[in-house]
Amino acid sequence: MELNEWAFIGAFFMLSWIFPAAPVIINKLIAPNRPTPIKRETYECGVETVGDTWVQFKVQYYLLALVFLVFDVEMVLLFPWAVAYNELGMFAFLAGGVFILLLLEGLVYAWRKGALEWT
Amino acid sequence: MFPAPPTFEDLNVWAALPVIILSLWASVLLVADRFINNKFYVAAYSLLGVGISLVIALFQAGDLFDIGESGTAFEGMFMADQFTYVVNIVALISAAIGILISYEYLERTKLDRGEYYILLMFSAAGAMLMGSSNNLSMIFISLELLSIPLYILSGIRRPQEESEESAMKYFLLGAFSSSFLVYGIALVFGAAGSLDLGEIVVVAQTISEQEATQRYLLLIGAGLITVGLGFKVAAVPFHMWTPDVYQGAPTPVTAYMSSVAKVGGFAAFLRVLVTGLPIIAEGGDAAVWVDTLQILAALTLLLGNLVAIMQYDLKRLLAYSSIAHAGYILIALAAGGVPGVGDSAAQAALVYLAAYAFTNIGAFAVVAAIEKDDSTGTTMDDIKGLAVKRPWLAGAMSVFMFSLTGIPLTAGFIGKFWVFRAAMDAGLEPLAVLGVLTSAISAFYYVRVVWNMYFETGDAVVPERQQYLTSGLVITAAGTLILGLLPFILENLVRDASLAILR
Repeated sequence: MELNEWAFIGAFFMLSWIFPAAPVIINKLIAPNRPTPIKRETYECGVETVGDTWVQFKVQYYLLALVFLVFDVEMVLLFPWAVAYNELGMFAFLAGGVFILLLLEGLVYAWRKGALEWT
Repeated sequence: MFPAPPTFEDLNVWAALPVIILSLWASVLLVADRFINNKFYVAAYSLLGVGISLVIALFQAGDLFDIGESGTAFEGMFMADQFTYVVNIVALISAAIGILISYEYLERTKLDRGEYYILLMFSAAGAMLMGSSNNLSMIFISLELLSIPLYILSGIRRPQEESEESAMKYFLLGAFSSSFLVYGIALVFGAAGSLDLGEIVVVAQTISEQEATQRYLLLIGAGLITVGLGFKVAAVPFHMWTPDVYQGAPTPVTAYMSSVAKVGGFAAFLRVLVTGLPIIAEGGDAAVWVDTLQILAALTLLLGNLVAIMQYDLKRLLAYSSIAHAGYILIALAAGGVPGVGDSAAQAALVYLAAYAFTNIGAFAVVAAIEKDDSTGTTMDDIKGLAVKRPWLAGAMSVFMFSLTGIPLTAGFIGKFWVFRAAMDAGLEPLAVLGVLTSAISAFYYVRVVWNMYFETGDAVVPERQQYLTSGLVITAAGTLILGLLPFILENLVRDASLAILR
């Protein structure tokens, strides 16, 4: 690989800084600035945080997030599989089937283990 | 639009039958376990699954019944050859013994969860896949399949702080080392344009003709992979996690982990370095990593053996001893980079791993047998007078200690003999001499264990005799002696194992 081919990566690197930075700076320069208390709130919609954020969370949140991951990953791989289904043939059907079965197993395990119960 | 999908015959699916059965069995058992209240049955079914898989692996190794063809499978991702079969057998036997020695320990320490056995089976499947990977991405995935269950297993004694600490350390350092491995794989891919070991080797062989960028990418990649796998097999200077993790984890887990992680790690190490990356530098004929691995091996041998002398806790002593033994296998690995020695070095490493797996699981199983329910009672003082209280246990421990030292008529001697012979063949005499010297040093602390058992008196209370653990001990002790007395068993097994493809 020639060295100046690396220059493209350098150019991309610089552009990746300029593109997000430019709108922020331009906005700062030309936008009118009339703050009111409501405008200065942290969230445009939603409630301000009350108290400290370093409190203990229920561990169930993490378990739910993990179970959610089962379905989330499933979607990414199964969508193209389903779209191209007609052209894939038996082997890909089986491969997809094994994949779904494995995910199903994860769900059944989490279910039987009581990870879906909020108590 | 799409290439024709492969058939089962193209994929050579049956070649991977042992690992397929094992992981399928573990998957089914994972759900079935939720419906089985008596965990004895989970342990028994796990043992049955491992047994079936082992029988098929033995058929494959002995070339009976034509289960799958030798050669690549799954479109070049999977390699089924004698090396694979031997790694399969060693990993499966380790898993079976691991299950046997765990059951009573888990019961008496109130740890009898069914997931234990399933995780153990999954990590055995990971080790088997590491031995059969023919592709760097496969190596990474199977490394994770080996490691993640081990992280959980070492922390399975959960409310206990030592176990949690052990799992945390192992997990963080393991993840850290995996990142080295992945980065190395990425750089090798950048240089070679392929993840397939058979294609990488073509680039690696002609490296001195490559352009500078490509050459350095490949070298740095090989270095990072060495670091990543060095962590897994506990080579100095990447060994820091070993003593703490081995000491904190429940003893049967340590027993299993210390042998299976080494089997898997070294299998992948051999595959990557000897098959895929025998990088020949300009003007030399040996691979460039031979010197690096020689230094690693020398450091590992010295540090492991010297620090082990000062240990008072048996689990810590065996942890340092396992670091030292990684050093001996590293000698074989270093020899594998010398042209013409690649195959015999791989065979030596396999013999050593097989001998070490039996001996080391056995030694840790003895520690599990004398350990009390609150995980104390594993120090040098607690084995004083063991020969009077439990003569057979002391006898088994002596066999393991002599085998770890490498005294003739035990498996350890055969392993060391093969490794030193490979080192001499490769012209690495200084390393072989260092290996012999450090073996002599190691005799000091191994024999001290035997001395404490037979010639000291102590009043430590030893738990009751445990049936299944004892059967595990009988198998390991018998295995250690049989492999030592009848060396042709291992010799026939590994004879056809061949890794170096281009030379």
